Amino acid sequence: MGQRLIYLDNNATTPTDPRVVEAMIPFFYDNPGNAASRNHPFGWAAEQAVDTARKQIADLVNVDEREIIFTSGATESDNLAIKGVFEMYQRKGNHIITAKTEHKAVLDACGKIEKMGGKVTYLNVDRQGRISLEDLENAITDKTVLVSIMWANNETGVIQDMKGIGDICAKHGVLFMSDATQAVGKIPVDPKAVGVHLMAFTSHKMYGPKGVGALFVNRKNPRVKVTSQMDGGGHERGMRSGTLNVPGIVGFGKAAEIAKAEMAQDAERLSKLRDKLQSALTGMLEEAYVNGDQDNRMPHVTNISFKHVEGEGLMMTFNQNIAVSSGSACTSASLEPSYVLVALGLGDDLAHSSLRFSLGRFTTEEDIDETIAKVAEGVNHMRDLSPIWEMYKEGIDIDAIEWSEH
Amino acid sequence: MAYSEKLLDHFKNPRNVGTLDKGSNNVGTGLVGAPECGDVMRLQIEVDPITKKITEAKFKTFGCGSAIASSSLATEWLKGKTVDEALAIDNMAIVEELALPPVKIHCSVLAEDAIKGAIKDYQTKNGVQTAESIAASH
Repeated sequence: MGQRLIYLDNNATTPTDPRVVEAMIPFFYDNPGNAASRNHPFGWAAEQAVDTARKQIADLVNVDEREIIFTSGATESDNLAIKGVFEMYQRKGNHIITAKTEHKAVLDACGKIEKMGGKVTYLNVDRQGRISLEDLENAITDKTVLVSIMWANNETGVIQDMKGIGDICAKHGVLFMSDATQAVGKIPVDPKAVGVHLMAFTSHKMYGPKGVGALFVNRKNPRVKVTSQMDGGGHERGMRSGTLNVPGIVGFGKAAEIAKAEMAQDAERLSKLRDKLQSALTGMLEEAYVNGDQDNRMPHVTNISFKHVEGEGLMMTFNQNIAVSSGSACTSASLEPSYVLVALGLGDDLAHSSLRFSLGRFTTEEDIDETIAKVAEGVNHMRDLSPIWEMYKEGIDIDAIEWSEH
Repeated sequence: MAYSEKLLDHFKNPRNVGTLDKGSNNVGTGLVGAPECGDVMRLQIEVDPITKKITEAKFKTFGCGSAIASSSLATEWLKGKTVDEALAIDNMAIVEELALPPVKIHCSVLAEDAIKGAIKDYQTKNGVQTAESIAASH
């Protein structure tokens, strides 16, 4: 078709920055060593490269490099933190607290904990997508070993009150783990400043390569330990065995270095473009609603429901050249709409009608202008086709209709 | 998910979008699905009182691309058919024609239900005894 492709799905994954790719290349052929080979120059070069990357990543989140454990990605880090803490602190208790809007990697790891005999409390969120600190404190018991609350939500970009949660955890002597996958590299993230003891994050959401992630594990006050979930050669201080992905880690390190230097300017530019997109769409189109807390939100994300239009159908009007994602059921095999949006109290119909726009470092103003035009055109087209839009326009109360459920 | 050319054509250039007078005796309306489920289909037929053939069919659908294409195709097939012929339209024929993937088969079921709903409405309005109403009266 020869159309310019526009990528606004950076919360799914980001393109690898060309500077990152360039940094990785020597570690495929020229420097092929295993970082655990201690007896030759190849191994030394690999080990040094990993050390440098570990420092770059630690610097980005203001922790000690010895507190960074490399993994294959945030899903593995989430699993290692939750299952690892549950096993390590069994004598202390068996209760974990999390929230309904967490990523599946956390929710499903918690589901496994329940099967293993643990107890899990899933906190509700308010209409803004944030948990109540009061609910959290009330949920803590003498058996609670871990609170796991994500830093920023993948679907809405909503940022939790990390300091507030950290203070409550500290007051009750409970470990605080956070899935910070969507936040690290995009906004300042300093786990120690807010009382986070374990933090999962990944390279490919911050312009690094896929297949490499990290778990921050606090070393002092308190000294946190996790039981390894991957056994073998005892790499990563015994917490995660397996040969290190040296090129991936080098890329992750470079991505962290770039993020530290450019995060503020990226965030400022992207929040302006995001605001332009959001105000244009909600201004031009009737019955368009922004989902989640707009005061505590990632700078590059907006999640909008276009009432009486189904999200996947809407995406089909422009997805030949514009990539976004939807909370519509039709994008998943389950036919259930986004559990995150439903947890915000949206109602299934609005959850079905949502689109998530996630901008990134390579998004241009031209991309946003074209997206505004194409999405508005798509919404109008789909509303012309929508019987419930017609009913709404005729003043019929759609909620009062007895629908034939499928 | 890659969609078939036919499906994309019906999605981009939907046939017979619109609204018939639901108050008319010659018009039958089928409204199926629910907003909470992400699909609502409204399909309408107009039947010639003399020839008993479907002369006009219109739809509006809230749903994904497959749901819109299924209902667009259904209206195309309905025109010119008698009510009995229309009743014989099977969802699997829609699946085949549009090459719907397995997760989208429910869209074709919805289209078949909408056709049956429209016909039932027409028959009820015109006092036609359907198999169902005969059974119910016994």
